[in-house]
Amino acid sequence: MPGVKEIRVKIASFKGTQKITKAMEMVAASKMRKAQERMRATRPYAEKIRRVLGHLSHANPDYKHPFMVEREAKSVGFIIITTDRGLCGGLNVNLFKAAIASIREWQKQGASVSLCLIGSKGVQFFKRLSDAKTLATITHLGDRPRAADLIGTVKVMLDLYKEGKVDRVFVVNNEFVNTMSQKPEVRQLLPVITSAEDEGKLQKMWDYIYEPSASDLLDGILMRYIESQVYQGAVENVACEMAARMVAMKSATDNAGKLIEELQLIYNKARQAAITKELSEIVGGAAAV
Amino acid sequence: MATIHVDIVSAEGEIFSGEAAMVFAPAAMGEIGIAPRHAPLLTTLKPGEVRVQTPGGEEQFFYVSGGALEIQPHLVTVLADTALRAKDIDEAAAMQAKQRAEEALKDRGDQIEMAEAQIELARAVAQLKALEKLRKIR
Repeated sequence: MPGVKEIRVKIASFKGTQKITKAMEMVAASKMRKAQERMRATRPYAEKIRRVLGHLSHANPDYKHPFMVEREAKSVGFIIITTDRGLCGGLNVNLFKAAIASIREWQKQGASVSLCLIGSKGVQFFKRLSDAKTLATITHLGDRPRAADLIGTVKVMLDLYKEGKVDRVFVVNNEFVNTMSQKPEVRQLLPVITSAEDEGKLQKMWDYIYEPSASDLLDGILMRYIESQVYQGAVENVACEMAARMVAMKSATDNAGKLIEELQLIYNKARQAAITKELSEIVGGAAAV
Repeated sequence: MATIHVDIVSAEGEIFSGEAAMVFAPAAMGEIGIAPRHAPLLTTLKPGEVRVQTPGGEEQFFYVSGGALEIQPHLVTVLADTALRAKDIDEAAAMQAKQRAEEALKDRGDQIEMAEAQIELARAVAQLKALEKLRKIR
């Protein structure tokens, strides 16, 4: 039997760990709520911009912006959004699996793959992947990513697309289903898929007054649309990170609790054994006298 | 009195949504005033102030650092940018993103990974030790 003191020290150290995981769980829970709010706040912009795009494509059906033209996919770009920090369960691993599966699929079709990485976990992981070029990265966006921070990274992809060096662009991020489950998701960014939502509503022929030219305007609006999509992905990923961390830390706290219980039992037994031994020694000693 | 619906949104959130009697915005070609039943118009915005006159006669001011403006006869949508945008600023941001990628790639298998591996190793050793102790206790 090990010393009673040793077990006591062990229990104390587990309790310390438990306190930390418990604290992390609570911090993640409160951050998750805020992240969810931000996630909701991004929706109006995306909706409005989609509405404007819808109007534009109706008003101006002849002009086709390069962002809307489908080309043969010889080269594919991925914008992969991951977390900066770990301790969030299998969140990033699942995302990597989905991303790799998609990358392999395109490579099988003979397309070359290039990457833009958001978040340091992704940078660390994709460093080892030698058959996909990493073109741009941004890390340490924090818990409140700002749309302005993403402009550079997204622009690298957009420029390549405009030059015809990339024919498809996808964004990979975790989708927030609910607190308990997050699902990796691969969405097509470019070419832009315009929905036929308000088809019929705007059948009449009419056109905008453009200031300055229509193509410049469309260019700017499409660029902002794509940036807002990536921003939305980044914000959603933060919400996922916090939810996953909350769950992971909760199970860690529970596990620590179980371990402490077991150790407590062993501790009590050891203590009892020591007392019994001592007693029998005293009794034995007294009998001998 | 006729009113026009105004939505001011940025990528990071909704800024204003409501009815207005008149809206003023800093369009690319100069400040424009928008009354209800304005002709459809699409333009970019310069950094400046968007003023919204509510039907009650009050005025509200919103600073925008650029963006786009869409006008429909009963609807004004301001898509505000969250940051100052200019071609060279965007270009610089793109350059930085590329540089970061290059630096990250250069590190392939050097110090950072070494440090990570060491941490990983230390963690494994600690886990083994803990397991051994537990086994002894049993």
